[in-house]
Amino acid sequence: MFKSLIKNSRAKSPWIMHFDCGSCNGCDIEVLACLTPLYDVERFGVVNVGNPKHADVLLVTGTVNHRNKKVLKNLYDQMPEPKAVIAIGACGATGGVFRDAYNVVGGVDKVIPVDVYVPGCPAKPEAIIDGVVEGLKKFQQKVEQAG
Amino acid sequence: MARTVIPFGPQHPVLPEPIHLKLVVEDEIVKEAVPALGYVHRGLEMLVAKRDYHQMIQVCERVCGICSMIHAVCYSQTIEEMMGIEVPKRAQVLRVIWSELHRMHSHLLWLGLFADAFGFEALFMQIWKIRERILDINEATAGNRVIVSVNVIGGVRADLNPEQRDWIESELKIIEKELKEIQSTVLNDYTVKARTVGKGILTYEQAWELGAAGPTLRGSGVKSDMRMLKYGGYKLLDFEPVVETAGDSWARAAVRFREVLQSIDLVRQAIAKIPRGDRDLAAKVKGNPEGEAFMRVEQPRGECVYYIKASGKKNLDRMRIRTPTFANVPPLLAMVPNCELADVPVIVLSIDPCISCTER
Repeated sequence: MFKSLIKNSRAKSPWIMHFDCGSCNGCDIEVLACLTPLYDVERFGVVNVGNPKHADVLLVTGTVNHRNKKVLKNLYDQMPEPKAVIAIGACGATGGVFRDAYNVVGGVDKVIPVDVYVPGCPAKPEAIIDGVVEGLKKFQQKVEQAG
Repeated sequence: MARTVIPFGPQHPVLPEPIHLKLVVEDEIVKEAVPALGYVHRGLEMLVAKRDYHQMIQVCERVCGICSMIHAVCYSQTIEEMMGIEVPKRAQVLRVIWSELHRMHSHLLWLGLFADAFGFEALFMQIWKIRERILDINEATAGNRVIVSVNVIGGVRADLNPEQRDWIESELKIIEKELKEIQSTVLNDYTVKARTVGKGILTYEQAWELGAAGPTLRGSGVKSDMRMLKYGGYKLLDFEPVVETAGDSWARAAVRFREVLQSIDLVRQAIAKIPRGDRDLAAKVKGNPEGEAFMRVEQPRGECVYYIKASGKKNLDRMRIRTPTFANVPPLLAMVPNCELADVPVIVLSIDPCISCTER
């Protein structure tokens, strides 16, 4: 019974962690805007945490560059299984407007596996919430597979 | 006690952006702070070789997503100066309106994060609730919430019709009323004062010598505001720089809070100055830029400088951006020593760091 309780509450109340991976701040402030009164995702049980060891879902904004790819990999590895990754914005998907710059590796999926891509430059809070909901479906599948 | 090194960042709950400080502490007292930068470096100055000078506006807007409009204004003004383009008066005034809306939303965003840094979450939520009205104005007038993308070289691409102007004025009235309601909390509340007064002091001389910029400089009593150069539409408006003299974190917060109120006034003045009849939004641009140009504008965080060199080709030769946070890092390193470890997030935030501007 304890196991099923954990299983349910994991998907119903996901703890998210946000990492800015070389973004222009446009997406970051929209992620934060999701947590503030107008959008307020906390009413659905989504809690923003700062510690990767507490997090279920990783929100990554921005392009990966040669300096922070190790940090991103490190954060991902520290998160406990099962976990989901959501790449936010055009930069997170492909590198966006910066994809030709010399220090840019590309999208988040060059370094860690990504479950959901949220489009937009910057992505709107509505789109981010939608992306998190999609990500949670995948997350729930992973929880069930893990038993 | 022996010296201990505590890493602060690159992923830290207080800052949405990755900055890494190595804090050398003795007991609870920070003795030295060593910054490590480069986590957001994308190398976008070099993109001038791959994008033509019209496309670079979109890249410049993404130097920093918070003050994108002002970066785009600075870039277009530099190119316009080089090519001798006369920007229509209407476009100049419209640029001021969106620039000041950006300044308001940037300062409110910062005030919220600052409140969050010292644990006053209710204030954070209140301020961000007010800020959403400004983003609504952006979305209704330009089509996007944060990166409005209204600039083109020679002018702007969007106009404000009379209904929109009336609506903006009525929204500004509500924003002003709501700000006045929380003003005494932001400036006089015991919780706020206990965490900010006397923390991270930067004296007038230090601020001047270390080359601080923007509210960090004005919080130390230096009356310096690049908008006083009266570039673009600012020559039509009447204002004075906001100055506080205490030089601590509280003074910097007070400068920003009063600047929001000042920006509301500037938007109102600018709306009244939109020329009647003349509906020209952008001047015609012919040919390619050639020569060198240099432009200074005031961002929410301080003075921003663009230098551009071109040789008559579609692509520019060189673009150099100097951003205010870069100027504010040496003052920050002067503020941190001999503060308590728990005050480091508050002091770091008090310069309003924008790492993506700094590292580009």
